[in-house]
Amino acid sequence: MIFVAEFAKAQEEDLLSMIEEDPVTEYVNASFKTNRVINLHSLESTAPGVLDFKISHRFGYINGGFYDIFGLDGATIRLGLDYGITDRLTIGGGRSSLQKTYDGYIKYKLLRQSTGAVKMPITLAFFGSTAIQTLKWSDPDRENYFTSRLYYTFQCIIGRKFSESFSLQLSPTMVHRNLVKTKLEKNDVFGLGTAARIKLTKRVALNGEYIYILPDQLASPYQNGISIGFDIETGGHVFQLHFTNSASMIEKGFFTENTGDWTKGDIHFGFNVSRVFTVKKQKIAE
Amino acid sequence: MTRLVIITLFVLIQHTGNAQKYFTKSGTISFFSKTDMENIDATSKSAVCVLDAATGKMEWSVLIKGFQFEKALMQEHFNENYMESDKFPKAIFKGSIQNFAKINLGTNGKHKVIVDGDLTIHGVTKKISTSGTLEIKDGKVVTASEFDITIADYGISIPNLVKDNIAKTLKISVSGMLEPLKS
Repeated sequence: MIFVAEFAKAQEEDLLSMIEEDPVTEYVNASFKTNRVINLHSLESTAPGVLDFKISHRFGYINGGFYDIFGLDGATIRLGLDYGITDRLTIGGGRSSLQKTYDGYIKYKLLRQSTGAVKMPITLAFFGSTAIQTLKWSDPDRENYFTSRLYYTFQCIIGRKFSESFSLQLSPTMVHRNLVKTKLEKNDVFGLGTAARIKLTKRVALNGEYIYILPDQLASPYQNGISIGFDIETGGHVFQLHFTNSASMIEKGFFTENTGDWTKGDIHFGFNVSRVFTVKKQKIAE
Repeated sequence: MTRLVIITLFVLIQHTGNAQKYFTKSGTISFFSKTDMENIDATSKSAVCVLDAATGKMEWSVLIKGFQFEKALMQEHFNENYMESDKFPKAIFKGSIQNFAKINLGTNGKHKVIVDGDLTIHGVTKKISTSGTLEIKDGKVVTASEFDITIADYGISIPNLVKDNIAKTLKISVSGMLEPLKS
């Protein structure tokens, strides 16, 4: 009898353990603070029903010295909008002052990193974009085609949040350019983007990016892209401040038109400011 | 000897009968923050509750990530910055109903009750005491309670920048319809 009483007592001490928990799939979130690392798209998508207004600047080279106030005199800007249609699907577009370029993209998460009932070690997203450069024709007398203005990017984003503070992603990419400057340059350019994030505090993260282009595709003085920056989150805004050798903020630019050399101080200071608006409120599931 | 076995069995059965437990896996827990700047509320409809009818002991558990907000970004900040839900995945209450012995679970009726116990949020445990109702309805137990908690008590810091947007004290409401647990 004593045994029975003891047994009952033990049971009473933890009532919750009597209930078998329903298995839940927990999707890993906040691998990166926003859907951009610096220039590259991060594996994050925009939450459904959320409109993200992005204002991005890249100033001139800091090696311009005091005469240019270290590049602040010259700025390129991209204004963009991102919208989350579902958990997995994001669309967006923007306009860059550099080469007067319009761009539109679609990003779809095929796999989402998760734990619990469904365990998935990585996130895998597909990204596709089109860019239209609208500068006046450099030689209006020759026969020019609209298609010469078009650029396409195809990208896979494979990433993982390894821990609360460390996330890493790889972005194998192909950029197709309908028109290239010389025969030596390839129309299809293959490269690999690598990006990592280290979370320093709850609201500040350090980001790094390296964009490697396979050899013999682009003419000199092409440079691989290197960027480093901080994410600072303040409630509804995320400020991304960074140093990069890319002036362009879209794939076709920072993958294939990058000429800045870090060793010579060809570094742009820049920022992305993200402001989100909830267009459609989330429904609370039963 | 046979008599002893029968008595033992009888006592055992009676004991099990007394130790009837009630539970739910779909309890509702919401919290509400009201300031001049904005109102914030979030709800989870998958809270787990177990009530031991023999002793009046009651336990609740809810997954922090299960709280849903209208704004996705708020939900992310709630998990990432405030609750640190990867480190502290659940909020747990373990306590008991004070005047439970007076309640006859066999007959329908609504009773006012006092519940006190330990509430653990964000890894910090505090004693709380709250009033609520307990309604017996055709063999089921419907519970409901509302109480306030102070965010700072649970080691959750609110940065200056948003301190006007988040109330210092949250109103929590808890409810659930508990069914007999068949074991």
